[in-house]
Amino acid sequence: MTAEILARIQFAFTIAFHYIYPPLSIGLGVVLVMMEGLWLKTGNPLYHNMARFWTRIFALTFAIGVATGIVMEFEFGTNWSTYSRFVGDIFGSALAAEGIFAFFLESGFLALLLFGWNKVGPRMHFFSTCMVAFGAHFSAVWIVVANSWMQTPAGFHLETVVNGQPVVLPPGHIVTTADLTSVRAVVDDFWAMVFNPSSIDRLTHVVLGAWMAGAFLVVSISAYYLLRNRHIEFAKASLKIGLAFAAVATALQMVSADITAKGVVQNQPIKLAAMEGVFDTVPSTPMTLFGYVDGANETVVGPKIPGLLSFLAFNSFTRPVAGLRQLPPDDFLKARHPETPQEDLPQLRKSYWPNVPAVFQFYHIMIIIGVAMLGLVVVSCFFWWRGWLFDLNRPLTRWLLIALVFSVLGPQIANQAGWFTAEMGRQPWIVYDLLKTSEAVSKVVTANQIIASLVLFGLVYALLFVMFLFLLTRKIQHGPDNEEESEEMPDSWKALIRTTPRA
Amino acid sequence: MNLLNLIDLNITWYILVGVLFTGYAMLDGFDLGVGAIHLFVRKDEHRRMFLNSIGPVWDGNEVWLVTGGGALFAAFPEAYATVFSGFYLPFMLLLCSLIFRAVAIEFRSKEEWGVWRQFWDVAFSLGSFVSSLLIGVAMGNIVRGIPLDADHEFAGTFLGLLNPYALLMGVTTVLLFAMHGAIYLSMKTEGELRGIVSGWVPRLIGLFLASYFLFNLYTLIEVPWVLDTVRARPYVFLVVAANVLIVLNIPREIHNGRDFNAFLSSCLAMGLMMVTFGLTYFPNMVLSTPDPANSLTIWNAASTQKTLGIMLIIAIIGVPLVLAYTASIYWVFRGKTSLTKHSY
Repeated sequence: MTAEILARIQFAFTIAFHYIYPPLSIGLGVVLVMMEGLWLKTGNPLYHNMARFWTRIFALTFAIGVATGIVMEFEFGTNWSTYSRFVGDIFGSALAAEGIFAFFLESGFLALLLFGWNKVGPRMHFFSTCMVAFGAHFSAVWIVVANSWMQTPAGFHLETVVNGQPVVLPPGHIVTTADLTSVRAVVDDFWAMVFNPSSIDRLTHVVLGAWMAGAFLVVSISAYYLLRNRHIEFAKASLKIGLAFAAVATALQMVSADITAKGVVQNQPIKLAAMEGVFDTVPSTPMTLFGYVDGANETVVGPKIPGLLSFLAFNSFTRPVAGLRQLPPDDFLKARHPETPQEDLPQLRKSYWPNVPAVFQFYHIMIIIGVAMLGLVVVSCFFWWRGWLFDLNRPLTRWLLIALVFSVLGPQIANQAGWFTAEMGRQPWIVYDLLKTSEAVSKVVTANQIIASLVLFGLVYALLFVMFLFLLTRKIQHGPDNEEESEEMPDSWKALIRTTPRA
Repeated sequence: MNLLNLIDLNITWYILVGVLFTGYAMLDGFDLGVGAIHLFVRKDEHRRMFLNSIGPVWDGNEVWLVTGGGALFAAFPEAYATVFSGFYLPFMLLLCSLIFRAVAIEFRSKEEWGVWRQFWDVAFSLGSFVSSLLIGVAMGNIVRGIPLDADHEFAGTFLGLLNPYALLMGVTTVLLFAMHGAIYLSMKTEGELRGIVSGWVPRLIGLFLASYFLFNLYTLIEVPWVLDTVRARPYVFLVVAANVLIVLNIPREIHNGRDFNAFLSSCLAMGLMMVTFGLTYFPNMVLSTPDPANSLTIWNAASTQKTLGIMLIIAIIGVPLVLAYTASIYWVFRGKTSLTKHSY
């Protein structure tokens, strides 16, 4: 394997592993704010127990998120140093802003959140919880902004150096391999970079995915306690909060998914065609519900709904969605390969496609899970409304709760699949239409070095994952403490509870 | 933006990146140091005190590394790209050690049996030791200079990075952090344990100063440009002298029971070491050897003035906030550490 592929595998492995945890922290952060807020408002110790228990779960996901996040910050330089030189002027500032604004906020107040129960008053503690949740969202903002800039670059120009002086290159300059030691992208307009065409869509989509991850974790653990007949009051209250949050997040995610996909239609038509497996440009473009891409014959096998893709893309059942055989257009190819004869263009075109079968599958996994989560939420809310949700003598309720126990995996798999769709769908580009991934690697890093680091991370992350599951299981088995709160609560807190009327 | 035109942004960012990495050394330095000397106490209760003294803060301390890396990337992308790709394997090892160490802190307290705890104690200590050593080795290579080609790409080898000079800097860093950690522990513990750890402080100071002295001596032989630079900038001697005096002040403060002053002196000493480095190294970001013409400086490694200006605004808003959080967290968790049911 080439160093490029290995560098991509290594990066994908470390980011996929990392991406298990921050979404949980973001989602659980919101849950913690809700629980502690309810406790301060009502003075009901049940909410206090809930906040304490879910804080312990949060702490675990957060710690691993930080530990694996440091790796990401290093890897832009270690694996993609040519990329770092090329975009440092733009990409670096978003990353530094994330560190300065988000990470310090999170980690600083996290210490109070975890260890400060008897060091600060309840209002200060609640404020810390809010700040941790806010910081977690803020870090998502900056990293998704940075990534969105790679998908839809904006607010920059290219610059080269001639005789030691910077020279502005005209818009549309095509970067060649020979350029890479001198040309770089520099910022024109910071806010145009931040609010590039895909930032808001993708940020909303990622944050809602994170909310779902956190909400369904709460739902899952609560459903488990109900089935096991343990901590019933605690589990009921947690399940209600988790389910309400999950319902809101899932419903909004459907809207966000539609908007995000429409954005991809506009900004990255090749990615969209790969996601849906569209090869030919035909009116009333159908949507394939599930199936597979027959790469040899360039067709998709599976049940199709005529016109649905046209409708989702353009709100018109007839308007055709551009297919891969037209993408990228001839002009784009000729500009980059003036020496290639017309008849060779179809073959050349394929080198500008991502791995269509993989992108198709990742995208469809995400969609199918999304729809399934929506179904699960609707059924659960129906049970709740009818008062069946906690009626454990009802066999259907037990089945539903079993489904809810496993529901935690849904958002996790969908988040990962979505990430792979977005990143693989962008290939062969690392910065869309500007810089190729193959040109972005570190020139001085050999394949063997990457293999060594891959093995090293494989071992350490396996250990880390075992630890995560082990500690999570223990915390779940241990459950919430009912007795501790009265004896550990500092006097200043008790006073507050006594003076707060019960709602 | 007019005000920004009056400031040399490249120099400002040279200082700011230095401040972030100094903050990292001062803060993560003590928790890495606590790790390095963790195995020198035997009782489980004492080891738990070690871990809990750093419990609320070690995570936040590592954020300084992340932000330092981010700031380097943003302000001096060429330096970030050259160093991080050139030091590929050492940095991967560093990352794995840092993670392994974090795992050890979390895992250790979860089971009671002896072998389990012993294993994670060794893992924590080894992870801390290797992390400190590699940070020092990287720093040593930066001081000594690394081979760069005309495109500023690293032209050396992995084994070339493990030269005796860089390794000595690694050992010096481990001793510095261990000293710093022991002083921190004196501040956070009481009774018998404080007696033990504060007893180590003078010895660690002695070891550190010996190593520091050797390193400076070796620098004069191995890195000839340093002597020339220091001749041109004689005020560097004042900083070095102040540094040694401050380190020598530490045992006095410990002896008089003023642990906080001792810790402050130790932080100040680390700050002055970075100032020594910064004043000597300026205006280089990555020195190239044997061909200094290929060096990266604060000018040819930097982002555009526009980005440096935007970043400065971010820093002006962000850095006071960061200092405020850090100060308030350390204020809340001031005083002696105690063990509870939920401790490590």
